[in-house]
Amino acid sequence: MFQYTIRRTLLIIPTLWAVVTVVFFLIRIVPGGPAVAALGTYATEEQIRTLEHQMGLDKPVVVQYVTFLADLCRGSLGKSLITQRPVAKEIAQALPYTIDLTVAGMVLGILMGVPIGIFCALNRNKTPDYLGRVGSLVGISMPEFYLGILLMYVFAVKLDLFPVIGGGDLRDWGSRLYHLVLPAFTLGIVMTAFISRMTRSSMLNVIGEDYVRTARAKGVSERMVIYKHALRNALIPTTTVIGLYAGILMGGSVLTEIVYSRPGLGKMMVFAVKDRDYMTLQTVIVIFSAAVFFLNLVTDLLYALIDPRIEYH
Amino acid sequence: MAQAVRKGLILYTFRRNKTSVVGVVMAIIIVCLAILAPWISPYDPIDQNVKLQYSAPSLAHLCGTDGYGRDEFSRILWGARVSLVVGIGSVLFSMVFGIPLGVIAGYKGGRADSVVSRFNDIFMSFPIVIFGLLILAIMGPGIVKIIIAIGVALTPRIARLARGSTLSLKEMPYIEAARAVGQSDTKIIILHVLPNIFGDILVMGALWIATAIIVEASLSFIGLGVRPPTPSWGSMIRAGLDQLTNAPWLSMFPGLAIFLTVFSFNLIADGLRDIADPKLRG
Repeated sequence: MFQYTIRRTLLIIPTLWAVVTVVFFLIRIVPGGPAVAALGTYATEEQIRTLEHQMGLDKPVVVQYVTFLADLCRGSLGKSLITQRPVAKEIAQALPYTIDLTVAGMVLGILMGVPIGIFCALNRNKTPDYLGRVGSLVGISMPEFYLGILLMYVFAVKLDLFPVIGGGDLRDWGSRLYHLVLPAFTLGIVMTAFISRMTRSSMLNVIGEDYVRTARAKGVSERMVIYKHALRNALIPTTTVIGLYAGILMGGSVLTEIVYSRPGLGKMMVFAVKDRDYMTLQTVIVIFSAAVFFLNLVTDLLYALIDPRIEYH
Repeated sequence: MAQAVRKGLILYTFRRNKTSVVGVVMAIIIVCLAILAPWISPYDPIDQNVKLQYSAPSLAHLCGTDGYGRDEFSRILWGARVSLVVGIGSVLFSMVFGIPLGVIAGYKGGRADSVVSRFNDIFMSFPIVIFGLLILAIMGPGIVKIIIAIGVALTPRIARLARGSTLSLKEMPYIEAARAVGQSDTKIIILHVLPNIFGDILVMGALWIATAIIVEASLSFIGLGVRPPTPSWGSMIRAGLDQLTNAPWLSMFPGLAIFLTVFSFNLIADGLRDIADPKLRG
């Protein structure tokens, strides 16, 4: 298990290198680079060339790539092409907002989704199950940004309970939490829909198993059957799937941040696209994919912890 | 004969599942509205009228008007075309590339399989929205480009499914029999593998269309969708967001349109999945 953990963690490095390389070359195919974006369409040929020289974009792409990798190995992510500030600094500023949002969204999703899923499975084909299924289908059909606007309209504009936009002051926990509530629920409700569906179907699978019938037959109380025999086994597939939803979580956080103007990574990425800020864009995209990888690794390892039958070599 | 019985059973299961019938009916209505948009929309979707700026929903303008005085209802009807064309187009695109990749990887195994699978792993670590954003940032806006962007993002997912289905099919006796009588690999793939994995892919197809529609709306919402003034639900919501206090209808109605469309395809997908997995059948 220990060896497996080490190996999986080390495997992240070549994969991330591949991701970095793909992103690096893809975004440099773009016609009209950051110099044009920064100076506008009326800039003269000469102005553009001077700025490109300052940004280091006049060198051959391969040279840029080698410089970039060398910098990366020294722990430098380069400077933003637009603000000229170190990318690492900008990311450090934005990251807490995104981490707050994704963690809160996931936690809310698990806290609401797992019980709803179990409840539906236990009441299979009765009214609560029917309501739960339709509700979760509504949830997965709702784009995060539309749900975000609905919540914003009701709770911020009409009821005036929460702030409409912004991320709050990072040093002030009260303000940070106050600004987090609506975005966290936006993401959390969507995650709840996905997680409750998964929990319901894996619970239904388990309830049909022989060992559950055996447990009932030998007279174990219904409570024990559900919580000890069924639930623990049903949570195994649910855990892995939560890892698979990491992508949905990350993509959803980008849209939620835009709706609520949270100054996180997602908002940073969208601005980087518009400004053609290669340095910022490639780093943010790599962070998002690294997060997906990492969450998948964590769930794989959790899987082994929950299910003693699984052994990794 | 057996095929006819099976087909009947599938239709029966599908029809018995009332929610999926609702989904099919809703989807048909939405598709019809989109096709008929030029004839049934009460106004020109790009015709501006400054005098009518931000007028609230009324009998003359069912969903109100936007900042240019354009009729929101007509724009929603026309926007359905963009959503559906992108949703269906990008799934078809990803099938054209994903199915052959997955089938070859699954059937051939060995090096072909590990190359395709590594690529899939790398590309699937990008969330679809972020990958679409990257591709559109490279190619610029436009409807064909969105189809390509979402299609490329979905391709590894379809390849993975096709690979999985092919792997389990490869061990079937009839494939072995075909190989024993000396049929070529190409012939086996076309005659025996493709028709049999198609069911699995079709089941997921409705779900992917729903996903693609949400991704298109998301990218348009971010501002990377179709070029204005072509109406698209996502960009209409974006424009409405800035007017949420004084003209909430501008984001509410297009949002409802996205939700209903995606919901109908998800209902269909649910029904199809129940057919594929009898364990979950209600």
